[in-house]
Amino acid sequence: MMKRNLAALLVGLLFGLGLLLSGMTDPAKIQNFLDLSGLWDPSLLLVMGGAIAVAAPAFAIAKRRTRSLLDAPMQLPANQQIDRPLILGSLAFGAGWGLAGFCPGPALVSAAAGHVPAWIFVAAMVAGMGLHAWRKRGR
Amino acid sequence: MQLDWAHFTPWQSLGGGLLIGLAAALLILLNGRIAGISGILGGLMMRTPADDRAWRWLFLAGLLLAVPLWRLLAALPQPTITASTPLLIISGVLVGIGTRYAAGCTSGHGVCGIARASPRSLLATASFMLAGFVVVYLLRHSGVGAAA
Repeated sequence: MMKRNLAALLVGLLFGLGLLLSGMTDPAKIQNFLDLSGLWDPSLLLVMGGAIAVAAPAFAIAKRRTRSLLDAPMQLPANQQIDRPLILGSLAFGAGWGLAGFCPGPALVSAAAGHVPAWIFVAAMVAGMGLHAWRKRGR
Repeated sequence: MQLDWAHFTPWQSLGGGLLIGLAAALLILLNGRIAGISGILGGLMMRTPADDRAWRWLFLAGLLLAVPLWRLLAALPQPTITASTPLLIISGVLVGIGTRYAAGCTSGHGVCGIARASPRSLLATASFMLAGFVVVYLLRHSGVGAAA
């Protein structure tokens, strides 16, 4: 438990450093990727490609295990259903992503760097997540 | 379509991607969890058991601590944020609700999901990218953007 918590801290740190290095904490860079009819910045594709290339072998190993290396249950998503929440939720997310150029990770990092617009975005994002949690709890 | 050579950062972005991938690989192999930011953060707002909360807080703490650590070594990259306050609020709410209903964002679906070849994540990624393309087109190349 202690080791897993320490691992989570270090992995979060590594993730944050990766986001900063990748340039994805700059909303303009995200929007320049999403702007196909303007000057197109393909950097995001390299971020995703690099990340997937490293993560894919790890997930292939994970699929064959029931416990993690630090002895926690292997919690791979079991849901395989293509449903409305998946599609509509993703479309809503993408619309918000395009509007300001922030997705959750970079927004948190940008907020930690002290950028006030990122604080506003994160506050609204947390409210949105809270709304979802409240709706789910209500059932 | 024209490439934006002035802003294209192939090596930094690839390097950052490799670090993000390494983080995702370590979290699944060591802890058996998906490195999806919206899921890790949003999970804290659900009725999750006490022993499922500490790692979430610590992961997020690590994510935020990347900023002071980076600052020790180099200057932080300066972002360009053009969205107005109302637009930031609308987009934040859309991202918050959307990622939770879709059960993932750019990290959970776009990186981890595609890395494990999940059809759900492929479709989610295609959907949020499509919406992003359309919205940025409207924002930058139509009259709608000027009004916002």
